[in-house]
Amino acid sequence: MEVILFYLTATVAIISAVFVTQCRNPVNSALNLITTFLCLAVFYVMLESPFMAAIQIMVYAGAIMVLIVFVIMLLNLGLAVKERYTHGIAGAGVLAALVLFVANYFIRYGEATGTGGSVTSEVISSYGHTELIGRAMFVDFLLPFEIASILLLVAIIGAVILSKREV
Amino acid sequence: MITVNHYLLLSAILFAIGTFGVLTRKNAIVIFMCIEVMLNSVNLTFIALSRHVGNMDGQIFVFFVMTVAAAEAAVGLALMIAFFRNKESIDTDDFNMLKW
Repeated sequence: MEVILFYLTATVAIISAVFVTQCRNPVNSALNLITTFLCLAVFYVMLESPFMAAIQIMVYAGAIMVLIVFVIMLLNLGLAVKERYTHGIAGAGVLAALVLFVANYFIRYGEATGTGGSVTSEVISSYGHTELIGRAMFVDFLLPFEIASILLLVAIIGAVILSKREV
Repeated sequence: MITVNHYLLLSAILFAIGTFGVLTRKNAIVIFMCIEVMLNSVNLTFIALSRHVGNMDGQIFVFFVMTVAAAEAAVGLALMIAFFRNKESIDTDDFNMLKW
């Protein structure tokens, strides 16, 4: 059952990711990107990380995609013109295939070591995933958390200043 | 039985698709969305390995990747609006003002 779900969701994720790159209308690309995000949320649930799945849907499929779709509609772009063939596309295909083959080689002939950490399925089901995330974030990663808040503040100010008509 | 290798292979495929899209498309917003696909494939790798290793640190990294992606979305889209206002286009071929 898990295997069937994995392959089904993986197929949908890959097909919609391909459509993200190939659709001529940017709105269709955005909708396919949302499908990819939802499939990844399913994978997070399968990996016993329900909190990350919720964050994935709320932050990515919610906030970021609303921003992207809003900008697409604001700019009112037409369809992409029929792209003329260039050597760039062939080169990009070769490079992407190379990335895939190198990663495939490492995954197939390497072994993921370092198992046996403290967070097992029993720990997750007894404490709850959200509590574990909260402990890790506010105890071990407190300083990076604060730095991330400063980063968001800088991004807000930067976005406002960049989109002002005259500074 | 689904092992961690399945997840790693899936995220490698998604990363390659994202790379192809970034290198071939001309529309800056579509390039941006392909970058989001790449970021998400890396997030999947982080969570799969985090569960494999039995450690929460990878999932906290995913949190920070999402933070950076949100900041990048805000600033990048503001840049695109500013550029569109000047050039009436967001085709990457027109992004040549800094070219020497």
